[in-house]
Amino acid sequence: MNPGIRERLVLTAVGWIAAGLIFFPVFWMVLTSFKTEVEAVQTPPSLFFTPTLENYAAVRERADYVHFATNSVVISLGATLLALVVAVPAAYAMAFFPGKRTKDLLLWMLSTKMMPAVGVLIPVYLLFRDFGAIDSRWGLIVVYTLMNLPIVIWMLYTFFKEVPKDILEAGRMDGARPRQEVWLLLMPLSLPGIASTALLSIILCWNEAFWSLNLTTSAAAPLTTFIASFSAPEGLFWAKLSAASTVAIAPILVFGWMSQRQLVRGLTFGAVK
Amino acid sequence: MATTPMESSAAPAVQDAPGGRSRRDVSTAPLVAPSVILLFLWMIVPLAMTLWFSFQYYNLLDPTSGGFAGIENYTYLLTDPSLWTAMGNTLLLVFWVLVITVGLGTLLAVLFDQPFYGRSVARLLAIAPFFVMPTVSALIWKNMLMHPVNGLFAFFARLLGLPPVDFFGSFPLASIVVIVAWQWLPFALLILLTAIQSLDNEQKEAARMDGAGPVSMFFFIILPHLGRAISVVIMIETIFLLSVFAEIYVTTSGGPGLASTNLAFLIYLRALREYDIGGASAGGVIAVVLANIVAVFLVRSIARNIAD
Repeated sequence: MNPGIRERLVLTAVGWIAAGLIFFPVFWMVLTSFKTEVEAVQTPPSLFFTPTLENYAAVRERADYVHFATNSVVISLGATLLALVVAVPAAYAMAFFPGKRTKDLLLWMLSTKMMPAVGVLIPVYLLFRDFGAIDSRWGLIVVYTLMNLPIVIWMLYTFFKEVPKDILEAGRMDGARPRQEVWLLLMPLSLPGIASTALLSIILCWNEAFWSLNLTTSAAAPLTTFIASFSAPEGLFWAKLSAASTVAIAPILVFGWMSQRQLVRGLTFGAVK
Repeated sequence: MATTPMESSAAPAVQDAPGGRSRRDVSTAPLVAPSVILLFLWMIVPLAMTLWFSFQYYNLLDPTSGGFAGIENYTYLLTDPSLWTAMGNTLLLVFWVLVITVGLGTLLAVLFDQPFYGRSVARLLAIAPFFVMPTVSALIWKNMLMHPVNGLFAFFARLLGLPPVDFFGSFPLASIVVIVAWQWLPFALLILLTAIQSLDNEQKEAARMDGAGPVSMFFFIILPHLGRAISVVIMIETIFLLSVFAEIYVTTSGGPGLASTNLAFLIYLRALREYDIGGASAGGVIAVVLANIVAVFLVRSIARNIAD
């Protein structure tokens, strides 16, 4: 055999084994979600079994699951939309009309992200209590918007900077008003960037588990809190937990896979491209 | 909605900026102001309150508590052994997760940079854990893998004739390190892989021509190139790892005893379980100071990059 081919085969084996080991816990969870509760806790673990959809049916029938999933969707989309509405004008201004202090401003925005959540847990909790925001969707939307705002501004800023200025200028020469310039030129030109910014924001909101665990109990609790309630010993239905978890992570996993390239830029604030 | 502030800006006046490029006088203040004001409030108000509470007697269960406490919350906290246990656990958790994710992440990034069959699919599988919500990943590990009776690891142990291990009872902190490292390994991999791929191919080719083997290639070409990406990974992970919470909340609840309590969990216990707002706030201030030591370096490193 050709040594190049052999090397490639060895690399293929090593690469797939590594990927398989990392992915295994997720795979195992998905597999368990198709077992009966008895099979789920069986030792030796059953690898070959008749797959059942009963867990998914059970999860769907539980009205509360739909309630928590709805909370996750509403909160993630709400916070993402709100963050974009606030961030787009700021990123537009800083990308196309940079001033002397723009760089400092960007860094300052970044530095607000350095505050560990736990350092401000108490005041946020007390403020929430006083404003009646505990266990409310809008409360969590506000916190998530603020939490992600620096990342959203940064990502939009780096994407906007890549839009050729000449095109915007040509539009301006043709008499485009500022609003038209943003809506008709900048937004379509940077749509992929805006989309991946929105995706990253949705992913971060969806998976956030510090504020949601501390600020919600039931009415506004998203899926992270719901899943955490399974940690109690009396809640040990592994197969159903697996089904509920699979449904909870599936959309986000797909989003993450779709936007993996742009994620790097967002997560490192443009330091690694 | 997003553009209303612009309409209030001055009438578009095309000017000749230096360099012959036309620029418009757009007053950028109304565009940037909402973001700045929101972030300023988000940063300053809670932080000021944490600082204020940390110097107060304040217990939610005791309405008679109140008044200026001076540095008593701090002296109480700093002489309390549980703070030092939690601080030690926090640093151990951050340190070991960093070692595992950066070490393995670098090796995996080099591996996934090599051409092999089905590489792009394998890469998708390898980055999946990052998108799994923390409560789900903690429960997968707790129930299905590390469970001392029905877990998969216990099954393998029995297969080898070993006694099954009660991971969360015997090695609580190490177990949490494993879970958190599993979640953050894809992050390190993704960023280091992107950095490797930005390496100039000609440079690699030249090194190969000069007879560099894979090992010297790694140490003299790839690793130096990765330096900055690694430091970015370390700093960003540190910020998040200082606040690890859900994984502890779901698995060990900080126990047994305080064996797996980190600073974040200690503050949660003090504030929302013992209702000691003053003491918990002092802990919060310590957490902020800790994070800022790291943040200074991170901001400096990123500042260099936006000079363009």
